[in-house]
Amino acid sequence: MADSEERKKLEKELRRWEATTLKDALKALPERRKEFVTTSSRAVKRLYTPLDLPDTFLKRLGKPGEYPFTRGIHPTMYRGRLWTMRLFAGYGSAEDTNERFKYLIAHGETGLSVAFDMPTLYGYDTDEPEAKGEFGTCGVAVSSLEDMQTLFSGIDVGRVSTSMTINGPASVTWAMYLAMAEERGVSRSSLRGTIQNDILKEYQAQKEWIFPPEPSMRLVVDTFEFGSKHVPQWNTISISGYHIREAGSTAAQELAFTLANGFEYVRWGIDRGLRVDDFAPRLSFFFNAHNDLFEELAKYRAARRIWAREMRETFGAKNPRSWLLRFHSQTAGVSLTAQQPEVNIVRTTIQALAAVLGGTQSLHTNAYDEAYQVPNEKAARIALRTQQILAHESGVANTVDPLGGSYFLEAKTDELEEDAYRYFDRIQGLGGVIPAIRKGFFQQEIANSAYRYQREIEDKERIIVGVNDFVVDEQPEVEPLRVTEASFKAQLERLKRMRRTRDKKKWERSLDRLRTACEGEENTMPHILEGVKAKATLGEICDVMREAFGVWEEPLLY
Amino acid sequence: MAKKIRVLIAKPGLDGHDRGAKVVARALRDAGMEVIYTGLRQTPEDIVEAAIQEDVDAIGLSCLSGAHMTLFPEVVKLLKKRGAGDIVIAGGGIIPEEDVQRLKKAGIKEVFGPGTPLRDIVQFFETAAKGG
Repeated sequence: MADSEERKKLEKELRRWEATTLKDALKALPERRKEFVTTSSRAVKRLYTPLDLPDTFLKRLGKPGEYPFTRGIHPTMYRGRLWTMRLFAGYGSAEDTNERFKYLIAHGETGLSVAFDMPTLYGYDTDEPEAKGEFGTCGVAVSSLEDMQTLFSGIDVGRVSTSMTINGPASVTWAMYLAMAEERGVSRSSLRGTIQNDILKEYQAQKEWIFPPEPSMRLVVDTFEFGSKHVPQWNTISISGYHIREAGSTAAQELAFTLANGFEYVRWGIDRGLRVDDFAPRLSFFFNAHNDLFEELAKYRAARRIWAREMRETFGAKNPRSWLLRFHSQTAGVSLTAQQPEVNIVRTTIQALAAVLGGTQSLHTNAYDEAYQVPNEKAARIALRTQQILAHESGVANTVDPLGGSYFLEAKTDELEEDAYRYFDRIQGLGGVIPAIRKGFFQQEIANSAYRYQREIEDKERIIVGVNDFVVDEQPEVEPLRVTEASFKAQLERLKRMRRTRDKKKWERSLDRLRTACEGEENTMPHILEGVKAKATLGEICDVMREAFGVWEEPLLY
Repeated sequence: MAKKIRVLIAKPGLDGHDRGAKVVARALRDAGMEVIYTGLRQTPEDIVEAAIQEDVDAIGLSCLSGAHMTLFPEVVKLLKKRGAGDIVIAGGGIIPEEDVQRLKKAGIKEVFGPGTPLRDIVQFFETAAKGG
């Protein structure tokens, strides 16, 4: 808003409108509800006007590609290059998932994203007792370097970028990828991709932790250090709000907790003695794309602005690349309904639109059958087509930040930013992120929001189409996708053969060295890499670490 | 005063998705039941042990990782072995329809999928505790 003269004039005009036009309209037709709210239960006003924007509006907005990046990290955004279409995929054995990767690439996917099964996520091999019944059910099993080689067989890892959703044992899985590429003669400097490696949100939301926070953070910083020296194009972390949101948080909590975690990683990196500009440009982010279009858009824009400001002002980063919040996004799995599942295609489209309008760097769209299972081929293809329609048919990729300047959007962006800073203060008041995890702060905040959201659905304050309204009595038809017994047996066989044929001495020595490194202070990455090359399995390496570091037990609450 | 219904809400296996289990635990508590939540990563043995120790009327098992066909029937089997086959078990999670039928045959009394109203779940446990 420009000068106060103009502001006064507008205020007067608005009062007149309220007293006349609006009053008459409300008399003739009252509004549908007393109060309108966002998905996060924040009030939505009837009308937003220039009066909702602060005097500093234009400065806060900035230009795309310039500080504070509210409008996007590139000056031309999707006019230059479209976002990466990256579908999260994985089930069964490495062969099964390799086939799915090739299918998706053949249909126009532009990046890979690996979903691992539960045992892999917890650092267990397929043949361990803890893995019973979990092989390949919600991701692919990768227990060894051989599995990793199979997973990427026939795929040019020097060209495609690969994202791997793995946290507790992230450095081990990354080492397998690096070793696989090395064997093929692909140079480390040309490798592009991301390991999620965000352990803090595991304690808060996703719950795929192994070790306690401090040794886990050490492992994360080990990857920052190793990556900045040897794998310069690799994102060594994807600081993720996605799972915080899926676990039940509001948009404001997702924003605040994710950024607070991000700052915590930066602090740990600096405490290690790393220069912030050496590792910050490889920090990346991952956000949810939920139902409330404008609230989501505001979240992404606020996130970019806060990150840029704090990196520059608080952490003293000088390299503009350190200020950039680059993010992947995924549509909200939790919003998918088992009822009338085809309707999920529509939900996903709106959510994907939010991510694109919000300036995402890459995107996963959920398949409509995911309230039942890991997606079947056709459902996955429709999910990919949804992105292609947004990119090539809808026209939204033709200009930068198309909704920038919307009074509503800008006001919501400011509001979410304020909410986030209030949470930063509370977290600091609890002693920081890790003490707050130990106190169960995030976990309780998320559980409270999840319960409130569910109650709103129960009470029909929130309508979910097909669930609590517009219900039909039908048994949905979803073509099942099954992990086969043959895949399971082949995986067991491969593991057995590998354990039998590997060089025992070399294998043992590598694990001994890793143990010494874990107990001491040197960077663990080179030793993990040696272990992987000596054919040590994921479970064996994680056992060494479990012994050295202990395991995490979470505070129980609901 | 009537004895409070006691329910164990449990997360078998490695699955970390605890949103649903926690929401259900809270809804049952708000409906006046005594709820014991096991937390994550429980083996069927852990769950059966807790159910017997806590003398519960019913168990709610939650699994979204796809391992339900291995883990749920195992709990039924172990409960019977320990002479506690009268404890009613319900399951919830990402469970395809054909598995629902198979789980029911294996002794899981009811399976609740995504979108189930909380009041249905509350009602199930109320009826189950009355021996219904």
